Amino acid sequence: MLANLGYFSLVLTFVAALYGAGAAAYGAVRRRPALVESARHAMLLTWPLVTLASLSIIALLVGRHYEVKYVAAVTSNAMPTYLKVTALWGGQAGSLVFWSWLLSAFATAASLRRWERDREFLPWVIVVTMITLAFFISLVIFFENPFQRLWQTLDGRQVSALFQPSGTIPLFPTDGQGLNPLLRHPGMVIHPPMLYLGFVSFVIPYAFAIAALVTRRTDDRWIRITRRWTLVAWLFLSLGLILGGRWAYDVLGWGGYWGWDPVEIAAFMPWLTGTAFLHSVMIQEKRGMLKHWNMLLIILTYSLVIFGTFLTRSGVLSSVHAFAQSAIGPMFFGFIGLTFVVSVSLLMNRWGELRGENHLGSVFARESLFLLNNLLFMGILVVCFWGVLFPLISELFTGQKVTVGPPFYERATGPLWVGLLFLMGVAPLSAYGATSWRSLGRGLWKLLLLSLIVPAALYFSGVTLAGALIGYWLIGFVAIVTLVEFWRGALARHRRHAESLPLAFWRMAIRNRRRYGGYIIHLGVVLMAIGIIGIEMFQTETQGTLARGESLSLGRYTLTYESLAQFDTADGRNVARAVVQVSRDGRNLGDLYPRRDFYYASQQPMTIPGVRSSLQDDFYVLLVGWEPIAQEGATFKIYHNPAVNFVWMGGLIFIAATLLAAWPTREFDGLREAATARAVVARA
Amino acid sequence: MAEKTLSRAEPTSAGRTKFIIGGLLIVAAIVYLIASSTQAAAQYYLTVDELKDKGDVVAGRDLKISGAVDGDSIQYDVQTLTLKFTIANVPADLNQIEQEGGLAEVLHKAVADKSATRLQVVYIGPRPDLLRDEAQAIVTGRLGADGVFQADELLLKCPTRYEAEVPAQVQGG
Repeated sequence: MLANLGYFSLVLTFVAALYGAGAAAYGAVRRRPALVESARHAMLLTWPLVTLASLSIIALLVGRHYEVKYVAAVTSNAMPTYLKVTALWGGQAGSLVFWSWLLSAFATAASLRRWERDREFLPWVIVVTMITLAFFISLVIFFENPFQRLWQTLDGRQVSALFQPSGTIPLFPTDGQGLNPLLRHPGMVIHPPMLYLGFVSFVIPYAFAIAALVTRRTDDRWIRITRRWTLVAWLFLSLGLILGGRWAYDVLGWGGYWGWDPVEIAAFMPWLTGTAFLHSVMIQEKRGMLKHWNMLLIILTYSLVIFGTFLTRSGVLSSVHAFAQSAIGPMFFGFIGLTFVVSVSLLMNRWGELRGENHLGSVFARESLFLLNNLLFMGILVVCFWGVLFPLISELFTGQKVTVGPPFYERATGPLWVGLLFLMGVAPLSAYGATSWRSLGRGLWKLLLLSLIVPAALYFSGVTLAGALIGYWLIGFVAIVTLVEFWRGALARHRRHAESLPLAFWRMAIRNRRRYGGYIIHLGVVLMAIGIIGIEMFQTETQGTLARGESLSLGRYTLTYESLAQFDTADGRNVARAVVQVSRDGRNLGDLYPRRDFYYASQQPMTIPGVRSSLQDDFYVLLVGWEPIAQEGATFKIYHNPAVNFVWMGGLIFIAATLLAAWPTREFDGLREAATARAVVARA
Repeated sequence: MAEKTLSRAEPTSAGRTKFIIGGLLIVAAIVYLIASSTQAAAQYYLTVDELKDKGDVVAGRDLKISGAVDGDSIQYDVQTLTLKFTIANVPADLNQIEQEGGLAEVLHKAVADKSATRLQVVYIGPRPDLLRDEAQAIVTGRLGADGVFQADELLLKCPTRYEAEVPAQVQGG
């Protein structure tokens, strides 16, 4: 039977992972390559096994096997097939299997590289990835088993177990509960796997870092090997966060995209340390500094990745995302604590060997500015951590649960974001090594003055809010600095290689992907910042109940209620759909259709806004209520969200540029160059 | 652009002090930001019982109260967008909830229990999708002098939505 097959393959995975970790460690310590090779084979076995388990779950989901508890909980007859497949990560047990599947796939992919001179890393990479995998698989097979079946006891109670408990009969429901309708959105279908991809990819750099510590390879080799992994992890994590924001904006109906919900923060925290890490590894590569710091950052990122999975899975904090409470919380806590303590002890043990090759010379040198950037990211991390844990901390010390909401995060992180924005403009102008305030200032002041055009223009067009003006000034500054960097680079190449300017520009960016990809990412951040300031500082809203033909105005926009229809759909919804006409400055912009879907099966309504988007702003209309019988009056809530589309546009550029930076060829280019060089030498 | 000098700069004690002072200043600024923002934005998270116990002590303070929504009490005036409902006391302790059979069960019992402490809540705004009988409401706002809770934020959780008991549609077998 499918369920048993799936469960059995997970048990085998668990055994293989434990054996792999044990054999790899023993083989490495005792210098027995055969044992390490055997461990590698065990690891290579895990991916097919978890794939088999995942396919079993998918087959059960698609095949309407509602006698399996997980299937009954996350699918229903009314759901289309693609949603049934993606229900693999729609619930707790399935998403843990999905996590494990990704991890085994990545571990396999990492082990398939050509190791050659990094052979000594291999056993320890196996140890780290397989221990992590064994942990997740153990959660699935001992606590959250997606293959449990439903049984009914003689007195009519429902129980779930893998094998038939005595005194029960099997239960065969004809329909399931179905996925929460709020999650039946394309963005939500791909949002969790993107986040998971990001989470899990960070395990690989961590594994190499630990391998480097154990084997005392204290150069930057582990960073170079995992550079692409880190970028890809970061790419997916960013994409997951942006998609989550877009989903909230489209579906949750509160006119925003980020609510500082503990679960959002849980996904955000590894992104913060990951971003700090991406910046500070450059300093280690270029200057051989910050070695301890990079180790600490990747250890923290790994812990936060597991912590993030834990927060979304344990119900330890109240959150709109909170899944059912579960017994796996203490397990997670134990695992995070253990891995963190072991990793940090190992780092302490190797502390002396990780001494930097250079020292911080000047406060205005690029490495100092990068350190400052890291400090600010860590500051934001601490704010988030404090905010998430504050209810628990305060309860522990005062017996009184005290929470902090979005205003706390906005207030505490605001100045830190401003600092980061400023650094983003200053750092590209600084130089490595000793830079004096004067030489940095020479490059700086003209551009700072030039960028004053932005707030000046805004001021004369009626924006008077000081915070927004300063924000837009910095945004303008970063944009100008970044564009000037591009210009200088292209111009230099144009002169040196006698290439046309556009060609020089293109080649420069392509040959130097990480650097210029990074700058384009900064430009994406600039665009997102435009949108964030726009919606944070200038969002307006109003609400009102209208009879047919009546209007409601907000700023330059006017909404006129035309009609409302209510009908049932084939997939089990009752839809109330309003038609409203929107005009700006008296000019008709067309109709919008805000609606409210009511899902009969789950007895849950869902509000879908009608949105008119333009580069300038979004006009966002929610159907809040209506008179069911007369269908005459309807209540609308409307938001005016200035510049919000810059957030999505900036997000797209951000992701595309990360892709550019991570695109694989540089290594091959390097190899080719090396090969050419060798050929030249041979001929000579 | 400034020339990239890769000279090995030797640390001087003056240089080191500069960095330490700078770092400490930034750390101090971050600590200050966290402390002041916590103070400004802290909300007491109470159960309905605890709120009744505290009485006037918490009047005018930012509060967050969790309780079970009594479906019969929900009134919504579409004209003024005024939403009124009462919430019944549920324990805040996760272990206690677990012992009593899970959140869904606790919410169900709280609403059915006529003697459970109740709190009337008023909220102006659209009626949230998740507001219904036996949902867990987490309301943020202030307790008015009349004993009615003025909520400016309303968060709802329906534990039954995820991974709940499956409707018993037995065919036997």
